[in-house]
Amino acid sequence: MKILVAIKRVIDYAVKIRVKPDKSGVETSNVKMSMNPFCEIALEEALRLKESGRASEVVAVSIGPAQCAETLRTGLAMGADRAIHVEYPGTLYPLSVAKILRAIVDAEKPGLVILGKQAIDDDCNQTGQMIAGLLKWPQGTFASKVVLDEENKVATVDREVDGGLETLCLDLPAVITTDLRLNQPRYATLPNIMKAKSKVIKKVTPQDLNVQIRSDLEVVQVTEPPKRKAGVILSSVDELIDKLKNEAHVI
Amino acid sequence: MRIGAAPRAFRNRWYATRVTCCRCLSTLVLAEHEGGSIKASSLSAVEAAKFVAKHNSVSLLLAGSGPSLKQAAAHAASSHPSISQVLLAESDQFAYPLAEPWAKLVHLVQQKGSYSHIIAGSGSFGKNVLSRAAALLDVSPITDVIEISGSNLFVRPIYAGNALSTVRYTGSDPCMLTIRSTSFPLGAVSDSVSNDALIEKVDLSTLSEDDSLGKSRYISLSSQDTELPDLGNARIVVTGGRALKSAENFKMIEKLAEKLGAAVGATRAAVDAGFVPNELQVGQTGKIVAPELYMAFGVSGAIQHIAGMRDSKVIVAVNKDADAPIFQVADYGLVGDLFEIIPELLEKLPEKK
Repeated sequence: MKILVAIKRVIDYAVKIRVKPDKSGVETSNVKMSMNPFCEIALEEALRLKESGRASEVVAVSIGPAQCAETLRTGLAMGADRAIHVEYPGTLYPLSVAKILRAIVDAEKPGLVILGKQAIDDDCNQTGQMIAGLLKWPQGTFASKVVLDEENKVATVDREVDGGLETLCLDLPAVITTDLRLNQPRYATLPNIMKAKSKVIKKVTPQDLNVQIRSDLEVVQVTEPPKRKAGVILSSVDELIDKLKNEAHVI
Repeated sequence: MRIGAAPRAFRNRWYATRVTCCRCLSTLVLAEHEGGSIKASSLSAVEAAKFVAKHNSVSLLLAGSGPSLKQAAAHAASSHPSISQVLLAESDQFAYPLAEPWAKLVHLVQQKGSYSHIIAGSGSFGKNVLSRAAALLDVSPITDVIEISGSNLFVRPIYAGNALSTVRYTGSDPCMLTIRSTSFPLGAVSDSVSNDALIEKVDLSTLSEDDSLGKSRYISLSSQDTELPDLGNARIVVTGGRALKSAENFKMIEKLAEKLGAAVGATRAAVDAGFVPNELQVGQTGKIVAPELYMAFGVSGAIQHIAGMRDSKVIVAVNKDADAPIFQVADYGLVGDLFEIIPELLEKLPEKK
């Protein structure tokens, strides 16, 4: 079975972001970029499934400008077999990403598509659900555990939901989106980084895939959130209780 | 027509017509129910519909099976003055809220009702269902909205809430949103609520024709049994971090929560370490809370945790490290050992009324 993993290049999670003074967006030039942490977890899960003999090939795909190839190269270094870069320089919303991924799924015919549940830049949490809808495949979102039964062609997925942990059983092929606790992604080892240099990254465009990018969303402005008033450091529990009662009136 | 191509005077007239309108705005709210009542987050979605347009007729969509569904429908019909209709999808397929039948249901109901907007709360149900339904309807959804300025202008947090993005929806109906319930609190319930909404059954006969249904099956849900208030709605939240060091120690947090009538929250680190179950996680990818009082013990204040609680009215932080980032958002801070401070608080706090 082939597994397709979609990965996104985002500003590194530890970076303190800055909003551009003209409010057109967030500053991304000269800022450290990395693979989205949830995408790393998705790739790790696919690699573990391959290593345990449940999948034959892991294909990584990323959509975006030329620099996405770097992120794909990291994915190959982690252990993906090959990669596909859908080159597109402009802004892409999840619906367009889902349509592009659908075209790739139609060509590659994987048994499983794994993505991160959300990207830490736009925090949308939409793409996995949208691909599943377009493909009419079952979806297991916010997965914290995946058990694949290849004989019966089902995946049992534990999901982290508001009420606790929900377990679903999905017929394959299916779409799974990963949550934080699914696994701890590996670091690429030096030998694998060297091997990755000779792995293939195939370049295509949305036109090659017959996908028309149209947008029904427009970002009007990006602003900073309201700042909180500076707080005070108190010196005792008594003082804290007094403030909460008599100043803040919350207890 | 392409609006950009028209001369300015015409464009202005066109926009004016669109606003004063014969175009009726109507909203479909995807609602959750439990134990015979509508969940608070779904009522927040109804509340949010008010901001889309002053005159906005709201239909509430409920799905499930059995007597608790009927009870929920009755509750829904009188739960909010904006609700003019309750749509009931009754079938075993909806015994558990799976995304596949729900998305198909939304598609069906939209084709019949042609709503201008579809709204759900941005909890795990709304997040799971709405985007899949949006794909079926070929529209871009806007998720986790915190502010609505009219029928097509929305504000949503990005980068863990460190920036706010104002987005305009320029597509065709329906405009689909999930909203953050903490941003659309319910107003005071007025006694004059009244007119019971009409309850109508949805014709599900075409639903079973879809071969994508039945490919996902609910197995089980494991949740914590607790008397403490629900994290999403509590007035006070007491959160513990990894500094609590063990699940046993975390019981101190629970005791403090009990004393204050508060909900218990946790950081990702505390959940990862196994001190508490996942549903207590507060943060960018966990629950977003905005209580009146948020008390964080042994929490360093990582960006991703702050994202989940920065809208709390009053924030208290207790940490041994005076440089912990949490103190930058706290209104009141105590630098000290939580293993001494919590027992002292337990001793000195007034009993909750």
